Amino acid sequence: MSAFRTCPTTGLQVHRTADRLIKANAVVATVALLVGGIAAVLVLLTRWEAVLLLEADMFYRMLTVHGMNMLIFFIIFFEMAVLYFASAVLLNCRVPAPKTGWVAFVLMVVGTLMVEWTMWTGRADVLFTSYVPLRAHPLFYLGVILFAVGALTVVGHFFAIITVARKEKAYEGSLPLVTYGALTAAAIAAVTLLHGAIIYIPTFLWSLDLMHVDAQVYRLIWWGLGHSSQQINVAAMVSIWYLLGALTVGAVVLNEKVSRTAFVLYVLFISMASAHHLLVDPGMGPSWKVWNTSYFMYMAVLASMIHGFTVPAGTELGMRLRGAVQGLFGWLKRAPWGDPGFSSLAFSIVVFGFVGGITGVTFGTEQINIIAHNTLRIPGHFHATVVSGTAMAFMGITYYVIPLIFRREIAFYPLARIQPYIFAIGMLIFSMAMTFAGTFGVPRRHWDIGFTQALFQPEFTPAVNLIIGVMAVGGLIAITGGAIYIVMTVVSVFFGRKMAADDSGLGATGRGLPPGITNPPRALKPEDMEALPPSGRLGPVPGTMVLVLIFLAAFILYYFVNWMLLSFLWEVG
Amino acid sequence: MYRTGIEPPERVWWKKVGRHEKVWVWIAFAWCMVLFAMMPVWHLRGGQNPSGIRHRVDPADFQARVAEFVREHQVGTDNGLPVVAPPPGSDVYLQASQFAWIPVVRLRQGAEYTLHLSSLDVNHGFALYPLNINFQVVPGYDYGLRIVPNEPGEFYVMCNEFCGIGHHLMVGKIIVEPADGTADAPAAGVSTAGGDR
Repeated sequence: MSAFRTCPTTGLQVHRTADRLIKANAVVATVALLVGGIAAVLVLLTRWEAVLLLEADMFYRMLTVHGMNMLIFFIIFFEMAVLYFASAVLLNCRVPAPKTGWVAFVLMVVGTLMVEWTMWTGRADVLFTSYVPLRAHPLFYLGVILFAVGALTVVGHFFAIITVARKEKAYEGSLPLVTYGALTAAAIAAVTLLHGAIIYIPTFLWSLDLMHVDAQVYRLIWWGLGHSSQQINVAAMVSIWYLLGALTVGAVVLNEKVSRTAFVLYVLFISMASAHHLLVDPGMGPSWKVWNTSYFMYMAVLASMIHGFTVPAGTELGMRLRGAVQGLFGWLKRAPWGDPGFSSLAFSIVVFGFVGGITGVTFGTEQINIIAHNTLRIPGHFHATVVSGTAMAFMGITYYVIPLIFRREIAFYPLARIQPYIFAIGMLIFSMAMTFAGTFGVPRRHWDIGFTQALFQPEFTPAVNLIIGVMAVGGLIAITGGAIYIVMTVVSVFFGRKMAADDSGLGATGRGLPPGITNPPRALKPEDMEALPPSGRLGPVPGTMVLVLIFLAAFILYYFVNWMLLSFLWEVG
Repeated sequence: MYRTGIEPPERVWWKKVGRHEKVWVWIAFAWCMVLFAMMPVWHLRGGQNPSGIRHRVDPADFQARVAEFVREHQVGTDNGLPVVAPPPGSDVYLQASQFAWIPVVRLRQGAEYTLHLSSLDVNHGFALYPLNINFQVVPGYDYGLRIVPNEPGEFYVMCNEFCGIGHHLMVGKIIVEPADGTADAPAAGVSTAGGDR
C-alpha cells in the first residue's frame, strides 16, 4: 500500500499517517466530548434549583470532570487533528516523524486517563483551575504534565511538517491563510503549554510535599495556561472560519496582509491574558492590571474585530463574485443555510462576536470586573466563546472531515442539517440567561444558591429562579444538539456508508454529503471581477459593513451600561 | 484575482488594503483606544477601583489581628459569630476560612473604612449580596479596600470561589446602619444582633 492516497474529492495527496493521526485524535476528542457532556447534564440539573439532582460532593466532582474534559481534552485533541489537517493535508505533504506522532498521542491519552481516574475516584475535587493550596492526588498533576508534553510534541511536529513541506516544495507561493492561522494557533499553544509546565511541575512537587507554591503566583502562571489556551481556541476557530467559508461558499480573502497581521496580533499578546482573572486579586497593582488586561491597549481585541469583519466580508464577496449581487443581504438569502458547515460557521461568528466577545471585553475591564468576577456572568461569557464559537466551528468542520478524511457519508444527514440550529439556539439561550443571572450576583461554581444549610440565608429575587430555569431549558436544548452530533459522528465514522474509492472527484454524489462537496462553489474566473456591479458608498461588501456597525453599536451600549451599573455601588478602592 | 483561504497565495501578498476594509480597521482601533482610556479615567474620576492597600501577610498573623479587632470592638453575637462595630474611619478585618466569614461587621452609612480581606487556608471569594461587589481573597495576602457604604441595610458575604466541600455554606454578614441613626450607644448593650434590621 502506498504511503499516500489521492483524495478523490479535492485531488489532494493525503499521507496515510496524517490520515490515521487525524482519525485517532478526532475519535478521542469525541469520547472526551461525550464524557464532558454527561457531566454537563448532571451539573446543569443540579444548578437548576428546582431539580438539585446531585449531592454537593458529586456536584463539585462532576463540575471538575466537565471542565477538564471539555476545555482540555475535547478541545486540545480536536486541535491536534486540526494541526495535522492544516499542515499535512492542505499542503499535500508527508508527516516526517510518524513514530513521534504516535508517541505524542499515547502520552496524551495516558495523561488523560490518569486525570480521569483521579477525578472519578474523588481524588481531585479541585475543579478545573485546581487553585493551590486546594490539594489533589499527585497523579492528577502528573497526568496534566504528560498530556501537555504530548501536546507540545504535536506542536513541534506540526512545525516540522511545515518546514519539510517548504523544503520539498510541496506547495507554491506562501502558506494558505488557513494553515497560517493554524500556525499561529500552534505558536500560541507552545507558549501556553510552557506556562502549563512552569506551573504544574512545581505543583506536582508541592503535592508530594517537596516544595512550597504561593497561592497568588499559582493563579498568575496557571492563568497563563488557562486563559492563553483559549487563545489557541480562538486562532484555531478563526482558521476554521476561513476554511468553512472556502469549502461551503468559496469565500475569498479580501486582503492577505490584514488577515495575517490580525493573526500575528494574537500571538504577540496572549500571555497577558492571565490578567483577566486577576483583576480583583490582591497580588498585583492597578497599572499592571490595566496594561495586561487590555492586551497591550486591546491589540488582541482589535485582531478579533478584524477577523469579525474579514470572514463575513470574504463570504459576501465570494458570493457576490458568483452572482449573488442583489441588495445588501441578497448573498445571505442565497447562502446554503441547509449546509451544516455553513450554518455552523454563521452561528459561530455571530454568537462568538455578539455574546462572547462583547461580554468578554466588558468583564475584562479592570473596574467592571468587580461586578463580574466569579459570578455566573463569567461562565455565561465563555460558553458563548468556547462552546458557541469554538465547539460550534469544530462541529461544522466535522461535516466535511467525515467525507474528506474518513471517506464516509454522514449518517442521519437530515438530522445533521438541523443539528447546528438546535445546538446554536440552545447555547444562545443558555449563555445569555447565565450571563443575565450573573448580573444579580449569582455565584458560579456553587452547589446551592438557596443556602439551605448555611448560617445565613440570602434570598435572590424570584426573577433569578426564572432566569436559571430559562438557562436550564437552553442548556438541555444545547445538550440535545450535542448528543445528536456525537451519535451522528460515531455512527458515520464506524458504520457510515463508505464513499467509493474512485469517487468522481469534485462533485461526488451521495445522500449523506454536504452541498459544499456534492456541488462545490465554482472556481473564480477573471471575468467574475468585471461582472461585479460597481460598489456604492458602503464599498464592495455593503452587507458586512452594516452588520459590523450593528455589532459596534451593541458593543458600545453594553460596555457603557456596565460602567453605569458599577457607578451605583459603594465607593471602593 | 481573489483566492480562498485554502489556496496558497503568491509569495508577495503584502498588498494595498481596500478603502472600506481600512476604514473598519481604523474604527475598531479607535474603539480599542476608548476601551483602554476608560480604565485610567475611572481611576481618576470614578468611585469603584480595585486598587486597595496590598501586602503579604502570614495567615497566623492575620488571624491574630482579627482576634484583636474582635476583642476591641465586639458588641454582640449573631448565630454564634461575634458582631463587631468599629468606629468610622477605622480598619476592618474580615477573615475567610473553610467555611466561614468572621466576624459579622456593623458599619455606618457614608463613613469610610478600610476593609482588610485575607484567608487562613485556601482561596475564597468575597461577594457582597445583593450589591454584586466581588473580590478575590488569597491566602498570604492582605487586600485592604477603602469602602464607603452608601445605603443602610443587611448585606451578606457569599463565598464565590470554590474552597472545598462546604463552599456553599460559607455566608457572612455586614450590617450598615443609617447615617442619622444613634447606633453606637444602644448597640453596645445588645447581646444578640440577629433580629435587628
